[in-house]
Amino acid sequence: MTEEIIIAGFGGQGVLSMGKIMAYSAMMQDMEVSWMPSYGPEMRGGTANVNVILSDERISSPILRSFDTAIILNQQSMDKFEKSVKPGGTLIYDGNGITRHPERKDITIYRIDAAEEASKLKMQKMFNMFVLGGFMKVKPILKTDYVLKGLKKSLPERYHNLIPKNEEAIKRGMELINKV
Amino acid sequence: MEKELRLMKGNEAIAEAAIRAGADGYFGYPITPQSEILEYLMEANPQATTGMVVLQAESEVAAINMVYGGAACGKKVMTSSSSPGISLKQEGITYIAGAELPCLIVNVVRGGPGLGTIQPAQSDYFQATKGGGHGDYHLLVLAPSSVQEMADFVELGFDLAFKYRNPAMILSDGAIGQMMEKVWLKPQKKRSEEILPWATTGKPATRERNIITSLDLDPARQEKFNLKLIAKYREMEENEVRYEEFMTEDADYIFVAYGTSSRICQKALQLARAEGIKAGLLRPITLFPFPKKRLNELADRMKGMLAVEMSAGQMVEDVMLSVNGKTRVSHFGRMGGMIPTPEEVVENLKSFIKG
Repeated sequence: MTEEIIIAGFGGQGVLSMGKIMAYSAMMQDMEVSWMPSYGPEMRGGTANVNVILSDERISSPILRSFDTAIILNQQSMDKFEKSVKPGGTLIYDGNGITRHPERKDITIYRIDAAEEASKLKMQKMFNMFVLGGFMKVKPILKTDYVLKGLKKSLPERYHNLIPKNEEAIKRGMELINKV
Repeated sequence: MEKELRLMKGNEAIAEAAIRAGADGYFGYPITPQSEILEYLMEANPQATTGMVVLQAESEVAAINMVYGGAACGKKVMTSSSSPGISLKQEGITYIAGAELPCLIVNVVRGGPGLGTIQPAQSDYFQATKGGGHGDYHLLVLAPSSVQEMADFVELGFDLAFKYRNPAMILSDGAIGQMMEKVWLKPQKKRSEEILPWATTGKPATRERNIITSLDLDPARQEKFNLKLIAKYREMEENEVRYEEFMTEDADYIFVAYGTSSRICQKALQLARAEGIKAGLLRPITLFPFPKKRLNELADRMKGMLAVEMSAGQMVEDVMLSVNGKTRVSHFGRMGGMIPTPEEVVENLKSFIKG
């Protein structure tokens, strides 16, 4: 099994850290992982994206052009990456700020209104965990226990008291995601 | 400290591996995309645990000369930078090679020329493998293609540098530096307390003084020294060539690629095979010494070789020299921080096959 993923959105949405948590959790499930961020000019105010690969085998190219799953969190990323999903692949997007919704018929499209829910619950900072929950629901590769362990590894210790809140966000995200 | 599994960036892996390899000193100056090496070492503060010195110098030139000084004392010292910073270090590097001193230099390559870009490239191949500074000399050059190798090649680089009393270089790039993967870290080694016979650590009454210099004004003696260096490089070519092969047994065409490009080619060869093209890959691990002999052997039964590099075509010249006209050789590359995709590589292989 190899899952090739791109997560794309604005800087500050937690795109890179969400990818990092995925990689940590998969590593603890004994999988091979790679996490390749965009760095440089894009990170200064514009869009941010990260390629994450989770696999049972040695990973070849960490840099890809087509993906099994694209997690898209703003309009610019939709314009750029809707076409990068492999035929038969999965596109997950947050409806917030999307003016042109995905149109492809040869992929499975899910919508998760995570930004809206996070703001309603005053949990804006955990926005990416709602989205992660959605991903975990539709692509059952990562197990919640390992994701929580992954969070522990990737969060500085001073934030460990927030792990239960993150778990809540993941669980809510799982309920929130819907097939379009 | 036990062997330990971590998820790390390539740059962080180099820094942690240096501490664990028992390095005595790191001297650096920040530059993207390798600043995490210095940042990690500063935060880890190994001076408090192993006694390793970590210092941010006032410039790249200062850093390499600190390395020169530390190496002259027989210490395990290193520096790191990215392309423009490595150019600044060249004077120091040729002096260190001329003084026959061991050290480790890490280049996390970005696109050039000049300040270029901060995105990954492989355009410093000539500089790394053909000397870089003035005079007839070579560095021993290792090209990691994973975060694991970023860690492993620190100790290997130091070992080879001391074995040959010659500077070693890890030639990486911004992609491997910034990417995170699983890495097994070796247990902590103690720093060596051995005083090497050639090191300038203070002259006791029992021996002649040691002299560290790259200057000899007597041309006959200097030529003799040049011949000695050449003999050393031939010995490296005999003993230290390292490479990895993928599906070359039944291949008609092979990619030749190192570092990030070799990872892309691993995927490209799977895609090519799925379309019925018998593709393989030879990945040089040492760029100097280059796997000339092996490429020459493979050339006997290959219809062609495609060198894939993130450059205008540098390593391809060594591939051509290795096969010496026995088979067709061509080059495909992207530049300026652009990274080729596996699909693009396959397209280029197809047009190469067509001729």
